[in-house]
Amino acid sequence: MTWDWGYAWETLPQLLDGLGVTVLATLAGTAIALVLGLIFTVLRRSSSRWIAIPTEILVEFIRSTPLLVQLFVLFFVLPQAGIELSAFMTGVIGLGLHYATYTSEVYRSGIEGVPAGQWEAAKALNLPARRVWTSVILPQAVPPSIPALGNYAIAMFKETPQLTVITVMELLSVARQLGAENYRYLEPVTIIGVLFLALSLPTAWLVRRMERRLVPAPRPV
Amino acid sequence: MSQSATEAALTSRKDGQFIHFDKVTKRFGDNVVLNDLCFAMGAGERVTLIGPSGSGKTTILRMLMTLMQPDTGTIRVGEDYLHHEERGGRLVEASEAHIRKVRQRITMVFQSFNLFPNMRVLRNVTEAPVHVLGLSKEEAEERALGLLAMVGLDHKIDSYPSQLSGGQQQRVAIARALAMQPDVLLLDEVTSALDPELAAGVLDVLRDVAKTTDVTMLCVTHAMKFARDISHRVLMFCEGKIIEAAPPEQMFDSPEHERTRSFLQSVLEES
Repeated sequence: MTWDWGYAWETLPQLLDGLGVTVLATLAGTAIALVLGLIFTVLRRSSSRWIAIPTEILVEFIRSTPLLVQLFVLFFVLPQAGIELSAFMTGVIGLGLHYATYTSEVYRSGIEGVPAGQWEAAKALNLPARRVWTSVILPQAVPPSIPALGNYAIAMFKETPQLTVITVMELLSVARQLGAENYRYLEPVTIIGVLFLALSLPTAWLVRRMERRLVPAPRPV
Repeated sequence: MSQSATEAALTSRKDGQFIHFDKVTKRFGDNVVLNDLCFAMGAGERVTLIGPSGSGKTTILRMLMTLMQPDTGTIRVGEDYLHHEERGGRLVEASEAHIRKVRQRITMVFQSFNLFPNMRVLRNVTEAPVHVLGLSKEEAEERALGLLAMVGLDHKIDSYPSQLSGGQQQRVAIARALAMQPDVLLLDEVTSALDPELAAGVLDVLRDVAKTTDVTMLCVTHAMKFARDISHRVLMFCEGKIIEAAPPEQMFDSPEHERTRSFLQSVLEES
């Protein structure tokens, strides 16, 4: 088995197209996970158990079942209920929904890190609930959560190849197609490995830098 | 407790009963923190609660601030119940809207300041007047600047709380509370976390507030000189009950109850 530079070079444009789809799916999925995760967190803390408990069950259910199964349900079962989405859209929603359960935990931990006195001071000033969240709690809870959220974005990026099962033409799908058409997998599969690495490593480095800036060092006891 | 002390504990020195605790009980597990507590305060009255740790003083403040609920009994502020409301001739648990309406008359200064660390000093003081009282940003800033000048911190409006000393943070917290123009100001051991020099600055500010406003003040403190200076009445708490209530001169110079005498003696020795 020898490396064919000509073939590798030839496949690169199509693989870069696949990379574009992968990055777009990751960005859109991350956006959904960030927003939906926050909504889950706020609902889980609701004083109404009719809101908090069903949300808790939903979050636990999604987190405890495989992403692949969820993608299958969204792609094959929802159309039978009359909800038809493109493969890409389905993939983005699947990734976003699945990772929202993880980001929800990150936000929860960030919110629990805000001292109780902050809630009490907001109450003593009679601030409305929405204002308490947007002005007092989230500005203190989110910055320390950013590194962990970044790590989940990287994890999601590395999970996008699962979208291949619902026909999204992301990196792995393109590599598989090229391999099948030319009976050569070595070059496209190696290149996508390098492309994943080329994006993951700098992003992880960036997240570590943010972690050093945003997460306060533990205080000496 | 003697008959005269009981009467003083139950009624306010001033006319009317602006704040009224009626048979309030609060338990934490098996521990009864407040036991059938009854007492009243008049509008504009300044009352200091003294007593050993765990005697229920802070619990009273926290219930008035709606940070916790009584297990039994009622609390009234003016004409309104605080944790309850009358519906169909019956007293039921208050809705959030009702609590918010009554709570708007009360605010609290905490032992650990609890300034919002993500906001500069000026915004700490203007946030609630803008978003609760509906003041314009300009009106709220004008009010805040006046109050920050009163507490001697108008030159720190652009600082974050982390850039201030503990005493300065507490003075900002007092300005923040006063910016709400409350009818009732609750002070929960506001100098306990400060060294004596910084505490003196905070207590001077509060003496000014007592002198220049008619805000009703309910104060928990171990600063006995301060309590003597500002209070109309001092209540001695022990095991969830008021065991003695008297004007400060009488409470500090000739306490009736043995437990009060030993408590004051121990505070004196400590200081």
